[in-house]
Formats: sequence, structure tokens, C-alpha cells
Amino acid sequence: MSSHSFWYASSPTISKPLANVEDSRLKTWLIGIAGWLIALIVFFPIFWIAITAFKTEQGAYSPDLIFKPTLESFREVFARSNYKAYLLNSIYVSLGSTLLCFLIAIPAAYRMAFFPTPKTAGTLVWMMSTKMMPAVGVLLPVYLLFRTAGLLDSVWGLIFIYTLLNLPIAVWMTFTYFCEVPGAILEAARVDGASLMGELRDVLAPMSLPGISSTALLLIILSWNEAFWSINLTSAKAAPLTVFIASYSSPEGLFWAKLSAASLLAVAPIMVMGWLSQKQLVSGLTFGAVK
Amino acid sequence: MDNRSVKIKNLVKTYVDDRGRPTFTAVKDINLEINDGEFMVLVGPSGCGKSTTLRMVAGLEKITSGTIEIGDKVVNQVKPKDRGIAMVFQNYALYPHMTIYNNMAFGLKLAKKDKGFIQNSVSRAAKALGLEKMLDRKPQALSGGQRQRVALGRAIVREPKVFLFDEPLSNLDAKMRVQMRAEISRLHEQLDATMIYVTHDQIEAMTMGDRICVMRDGLIMQTADPLTLYRQPANVFVASFIGSPPMNLLRGTVQRGDGGLVFNEGAGPNSVKIPLRGEIATRAERYVDKPVYFGIRPEHLSNEAMDQMHVPLNSTVDIAEPMGSESLVYLQAGNGNMIARISGEHIFRHGDTANVYLNLSKAHLFDAETEEVIR
Repeated sequence: MSSHSFWYASSPTISKPLANVEDSRLKTWLIGIAGWLIALIVFFPIFWIAITAFKTEQGAYSPDLIFKPTLESFREVFARSNYKAYLLNSIYVSLGSTLLCFLIAIPAAYRMAFFPTPKTAGTLVWMMSTKMMPAVGVLLPVYLLFRTAGLLDSVWGLIFIYTLLNLPIAVWMTFTYFCEVPGAILEAARVDGASLMGELRDVLAPMSLPGISSTALLLIILSWNEAFWSINLTSAKAAPLTVFIASYSSPEGLFWAKLSAASLLAVAPIMVMGWLSQKQLVSGLTFGAVK
Repeated sequence: MDNRSVKIKNLVKTYVDDRGRPTFTAVKDINLEINDGEFMVLVGPSGCGKSTTLRMVAGLEKITSGTIEIGDKVVNQVKPKDRGIAMVFQNYALYPHMTIYNNMAFGLKLAKKDKGFIQNSVSRAAKALGLEKMLDRKPQALSGGQRQRVALGRAIVREPKVFLFDEPLSNLDAKMRVQMRAEISRLHEQLDATMIYVTHDQIEAMTMGDRICVMRDGLIMQTADPLTLYRQPANVFVASFIGSPPMNLLRGTVQRGDGGLVFNEGAGPNSVKIPLRGEIATRAERYVDKPVYFGIRPEHLSNEAMDQMHVPLNSTVDIAEPMGSESLVYLQAGNGNMIARISGEHIFRHGDTANVYLNLSKAHLFDAETEEVIR
């Protein structure tokens, strides 16, 4: 007791900041633990898929973490379906729709960011609001339109629908990034003699490249993961990996090991890409708010 | 040599909303001629239309009506790059992803000049501006002053007929501003080019301009050389805008007293009464019993009566700012305040009676209704 009072009396100025440092350290720890916990919960299904993919069909039901890994499911999946065809379709469709998206989004965002009108904000919100419409609501008309136009089960049809699907996000994100570019720099380029294309290519594009690339990543991932339209609008020819996974679920009952192997094969490419481009992806998803 | 004059005729800029309805008129039918090789300053408070005017000359803003001629050629429909202009922006507007060299060379590259020519012009401009050692750096590695010098360099290499400056010194600190001010003035001497310079800072305007165009609310209030603007302001606005500290302005009426005309501030027994003599009395003749402003600059209040045009002012010292060779003295006179710039080394104390005289030969009268000067 006496030693305590002595301690506090002699060095109040030292003990206080020390306590603060400990406080903030504790906070960091707690936030860290919470973060890891959430990450584990989110990652768990993928982890489970990954281990189930290496189990036998009989062993797939047991929750054992220790087992003899086998490539049997993969062999069967490769034997049964043409993985490469699905993979190529996924690549074509996600890259194609992303490119087409930018072709439309960049001019739109340019206009809205550098020549705004009183309606610009409203237009942006309206574009985003289309994302709130349930897709099933327009499935029938879109299906009929696709049938008439001969776009069913075609890569171009999927590229088209994905472009429409992702355009609001693409416009919104590019708009946000363009808004960070001071208009005077584009005007300087105009005075210097740059054409509209030159302005976009030589000045705006390089300046907003980080933003454009994270938008591109996000669009690719969104297209890659899209399942509703791909399952409903394609069957064999143009089917991407989402259809490939789906083909392992319902028709013959649930074969967990094969389904897991197929799922792993489907998500692996995009996961690797996401892993490699984590930094851009985060800044893209947070609209550049987190650096 | 080419004609590098700029003629602005009946220029109007009206902004419209997205249905084409007019919302705001920024420039209201202005006429201005800028001579070949002249340094013209457009000055005024923010929102006066000076930047909009400059941007219309640059071709960055569409013209609602009227014409702009650069070198006897109407350029209303001409693209910025073909107008023979170069512009320096307030926030430098350098290309952040390019080196200093490429920033300066960008325009020339677009104009498809050959490499040797580009190298020559850029290094000449870089040398003139002391940027030779920074050509490989990116703008973000430069200080504000250096960045603005790069922007100047980018303008110089284009060899334009007309340089346009849009508040180029506003982002710099006070010391750098003074330095760059001199540098731009020197540049004007060297290049002998036509320059149009927009600023809200009347000191910049006074120190740099061959002529100054004072604007307010989209209108030109007065265009004249700095001294004329200072000595003969055309209206109350120019009188109060040009000069620091500003001109003292008293509102009152001209009255006929026993000994001749008197300016009377009116209201109350303390109000300032100034006997009018000489030329200013003649001018006041038509304004007997009418509201006027009496204006006099701080430096035309002195502590001694030099001649009979100096009339005494009853006042007391409020506060004084001694600056060595002169003092700014805030006077309590009548119901308001006046500022006097008294030369010489003096000490003033709050509450002292101030012995100051107004130099009537330097005073101005303005019509209180039109706010125009009474000549």
C-alpha cells in the first residue's frame, strides 16, 4: 500500500502514458483477434472445400482433418467434364465484359466527372439503383430477348448481360477515381494541344491507372462468380465455371468430394489472382478510402 | 511581327441548366482591348467574372455571345491549341506522371516538332527558369515555387502570342509570391509578349500590370494604368478596392454654409464636417443637399497643414500601428473611423487628440446613388 502511494506520488506523469500505451496495445490485440476470427469464419468453407476435394467420396462425410489425400475426385471430374472449355468460357466472358464495360464506363464517367450537370448525382444514383432489382424479375423477358436474338448459350450473350450487370459499378468507381484528377490538368492538356483521345490516353488514363486496375479486378471477379444468368442463359457451348460447379450438385445426388474438387478448380484461378492483387483490390473495394 | 493583341467585344457568359434555362450570368457584355505586348491584369473579388473571361479567351469556356479576337482573328470557334495561347493555372496543373522535361515537352510533342527542336526549347526554358537540374524529376518532388516555374516553362516553350495566367501565385507562400511576381514581370520584359493575368490581389495587380481592369459582378468597373486607377478611381468600388489600407469613405451630404460648401456626415452633433475648397468645391456645386461619398486615401491625411488646401479634422487616436518611418493611425472621427498614414517617427496614444489635416486637393467625391465619381 505504502509502496503504491509512493510510486504514484513520485511519478504520476510517467505512469499515465504507460497505461495509455498498454491500453492501445490491448486494443490492437483485440482488433487483431476479432479480425482473424472473422477471416477464419469467412475462409472456413473454402478451406473445407479444399480438404474435401482431396478425400474419397466415402470419406467426404467424415469431419476428419487427418486423412490420406487422394486425387481421385479430380481425376473423375476431369474425365467427366471438359474443364478447359468451362475455364476458357469464364476467362472470355469475364475479360470480355470487363473490357466492354470500360469502353462504355470511361466516357460516361469522364463526362460526369469533368462536365457535371445538376442531374449528374441523380443519374449516378439511378444507375446504382438498377442493381437493387431482383434479377429473377427480368429473367423471362431477357430469356425471350436472348432466344429471339440467338444469344442463348453464346459467349457474346453472356458478355453482353454481364456488361449490363456490372456497368453501374464500373461507372460509379471510375467516376470516383476521375473525380480525384484535377480538371485543370486536363485543361492544360487541351491548351497544350491534346485531342479528346489524347487527353484520355496520355493524361487521364495514366493518372487514374491504379483506380482503373482495381475496378478491372473487381469486375473480373464479379463476372467470374456470377451464377444466376450463366446457369439460366447457357447450357453447353458457352457455359462458364459456375455452370460447371452446378452440374455436380443436383442431377445425381450430392457427391461432396467431386463437387468440392470442381468448386476448387473453379475458384482457384480467381483466388490466385485475388491473392496477387490484394492491395489494389482492397483500395478498389473501399473506393480508395483505405490506402 | 504578328499582331498579338486581344480584342474582347460585347462578351457575355451565361450559364444554363440542363434544360437550357439561363441560371447565372458571369460576364455581362464587356469590352476590353489588350494591346500587343501589354501586361493586362484582370482583378476583382471572387465571382466577378475575371476567371471566366480568361477561360473564354483560352477557349476552355464557351462564349454565350460577343467575340474574342486574338491578333485580328476571331477565335470564338477556334480550339484552345490553335489560338496561340498558353495558360498557367492556379494549382500548377502539371502532369504528375511525367518528368519535368516531359511536362514542358508535351505540347511540342503533340505539335509534332522534331526532337532536336524540342530539346533545344525545353533546355532554353529550363535554363531561364533555373530548372536544369530537375528535368528528370517528377512534379511531386518539387516545391510549390518550382512547380509553378515548370508551369511557366511549359507555357514559354509553346512560344504563344498571348500568355494567360489564372491566379498563378495564390497557392504559394508570401515570400515565394513576391519572388515569383518579380520573375513573371521579368519574363514579360524578356519575352515582350502579351500577357493577361487574373488575380484577386490588388497588390499583385498594381505591381505587375501595365494596365489593370477592375471587375465586379461581371462588369468592368474601370480599366486604366495603375497610377490612374489609384489617383482617379472612377467609382466607389475601385476607390475602395485599390490601395492598402483602403481609401477612407464617408457618406454624407454637401451643404451650403456660411463660408461656402461643406461636406457634412449628417447624423448627430459629433459628425464630421469638412469645408470644401478649390476644385473639389466646384465639383460639389451640383450636389448641394444631395447624398455623396467623400473619399480620401490614408496617405493624404497628414499631421501638418502644408497649404490652404489642408483642412483640419477633429479626431482622436484609437489605435496606432507604428512601422518605423511611418505609422498607420486609426482615428475616431465623428461617428466612424478613418485611417491615416502619417510619415515620420511619432508616438500616438489611445485617446490623444490627433492633429490631422485632410489634403482636399487629393480628395474625391462620389455620387452616393450611382457610386460614380463626381468630376
